[in-house]
Amino acid sequence: MSFIPWRAVRNGVNNTNTVTDMQQLALFIRKEFIHVLRDRRTLLILFGMPVMQILIFGFALSNEVKNARLVVVDHGRDLATAALIARLDASRYFEVEQVALSPPALEATFRRGEVKVAVVFPARFYEQWQHGRDVAVQVIADASDPNTATTLTQYVSAIVYDHATEQREAQALPYGLRVETRMLYNPQLEGAPNYVPGVMALVLMLVCVMMTAVSIVREKETGTLEVLLVSPFRPVLVIVAKAVPYLILSLVNVGTILVLSTTVLHVPVQGNVLLLLAESILFITTCLALGIFISVQTSSQQVAMLISLMGMLLPTILFSGFMFPIENMPVPLQVIAHAVPAKWYYIIVKAIMIKGLGIAAVWKETLVLAGMTAGWLFISVKRFNIRLA
Amino acid sequence: MDAIRVENITRAFGKGQAPAVDGVSFTVGEGELFGLIGPDGAGKTTLFRILITLLLPDAGHASVGGHDVVRDYQKIRSTVGYMPGKFSLYTDLTVEENLHFFASVFNTKVSDHYALIRDLYEQIKPFKDRRAGKLSGGMKQKLALCCALIHRPTALFLDEPTTGVDPVSRKEFWDMLGRLRAEGITILVSTPYMDEAARCDRIALIQQGRILSVDTPAGLRAGYPHPLYAVGGAPMPALLQQLAHHPQAVSSYAFGEWAHAAFTADPGAAALQGYLRDAGLAAASVQPTDATIEDCFMDLMKRN
Repeated sequence: MSFIPWRAVRNGVNNTNTVTDMQQLALFIRKEFIHVLRDRRTLLILFGMPVMQILIFGFALSNEVKNARLVVVDHGRDLATAALIARLDASRYFEVEQVALSPPALEATFRRGEVKVAVVFPARFYEQWQHGRDVAVQVIADASDPNTATTLTQYVSAIVYDHATEQREAQALPYGLRVETRMLYNPQLEGAPNYVPGVMALVLMLVCVMMTAVSIVREKETGTLEVLLVSPFRPVLVIVAKAVPYLILSLVNVGTILVLSTTVLHVPVQGNVLLLLAESILFITTCLALGIFISVQTSSQQVAMLISLMGMLLPTILFSGFMFPIENMPVPLQVIAHAVPAKWYYIIVKAIMIKGLGIAAVWKETLVLAGMTAGWLFISVKRFNIRLA
Repeated sequence: MDAIRVENITRAFGKGQAPAVDGVSFTVGEGELFGLIGPDGAGKTTLFRILITLLLPDAGHASVGGHDVVRDYQKIRSTVGYMPGKFSLYTDLTVEENLHFFASVFNTKVSDHYALIRDLYEQIKPFKDRRAGKLSGGMKQKLALCCALIHRPTALFLDEPTTGVDPVSRKEFWDMLGRLRAEGITILVSTPYMDEAARCDRIALIQQGRILSVDTPAGLRAGYPHPLYAVGGAPMPALLQQLAHHPQAVSSYAFGEWAHAAFTADPGAAALQGYLRDAGLAAASVQPTDATIEDCFMDLMKRN
């Protein structure tokens, strides 16, 4: 990287002999940018991570089940079963395979793990159907993986039920009960709308908390903070100068995530983008305050990194509600979850981005987050040591 | 007015620990080049950090330029220059970027006091676009000194500036300190090298947190209380052993190829030579010598 001319110093101060506070701060911030931009590994983490996470969570880590092997044991072999099988096959969830298996043979295939779900049609299926009798379709699933089993049986039931309803209507039968379920905001129950807000919280937490903490502690470790303290430069400005570059870089990350989310995952921002950005700045500030707090309390980069990961990242994953629903947790854990800033941000982002709601719906969460930010900033600045020990 | 005043400064780290600095008092006059001489762990760095307001003393008072190190710490911070023992510039910034950055931190511009650092900076200027982390040890020290001087401090605090620096760079560094002294800047410098002490106006010998003596280098050497002989020309272990067994022996230490032997009363060169010859060290040569700073330090250490 070439030398960056310090024009602000050279040209900006012609009439006075001193550099103003703002110029001083600007130079300090520029120095921080140089640190980040000259460190390839940090850069890679900084900008590679959000992209990786979005892609991993969007595509690889999904609880949707696609193209599962479905075995059909068709004892009916008639019009109705053929129509149903065709319908199952047409769905993108299943790859249908028809085999005539005896019950023990079927169980053996399950035991070998070759198949996740099987559908068994009884003999004389069509006939019974036509005579209006109750006719049952057996769905067998491998519940050693309960989530997948539940999902698959639901898919099968839905398809069979749809088919039955259509047939009934086609034949204009006067009776029949309909259950109409509508999945709001995310009708396909896709994973991405859930993950994008989570990834945003995660990435911001990681970048802001860890990078800020490490960058301040690095100055402690290398002794440059010692030199900085023995100068007229105000210690609070050290904190501000450290925080500003990461605020800006984090906003770049938010932008990257939103663009990726819209273009690659097809999860656009339903609500106001500016509101979302404003809320993100608030959350970034919370994270920066936490990062500064960690840096104030520690004196080695390793410790700062460890605390950031264990103390911040883990709670974010566990308690933000994006991996595990908070409502299902025991009360003490729910209380902990309330203290995790990412939880509030996650709620806010989901509301704005997925549900398309405005500030009226999230003002309470915003207030909580703002309160946390103010609190942590206050504590951090108070505890920032103007001496060495 | 004294540029630096230290009165009974004490500082311990942790309860029950021996204090790192224990009741230290001395004064440094305006424009003086004052050396703090002592081995590693003597408390030099702790004392420095108290004076530049980075540590609070447990007891005692100190002032720099008339400002109290506890109460008026901000005034001290904007007027002194400080160079820690460890290289503490930004290794990922270039030489020039470091210089400009520290100038701005001190509310000044590189051009304002360039005359002060010109001699020094010209030497590293060819490498101005090189990252500070890629400089040699001697050049790093020169850059650090430039950065500490960029705001023309009234007092300069250099904590072991020549540790780990090659002899040529060390000499150049001390030449530079002489020029800064001529500019009227008060300099407090610490070093574990006794040979550098001679270049100071006055020195304080420090050991285990206590000041052993404060004097000019010449005064300190003149005050050495014992007759002293330099003995050489024989294997050192045998020489030291025999010298220690001399009835009037006070001490004997190896200084390179020579042993310095002190006695309670002057044995005379010829008599000492005879004593060594009788002990089987016929090749040993003996001559009276003046005490070095190190002899003084060893002697003071022994007596305390």
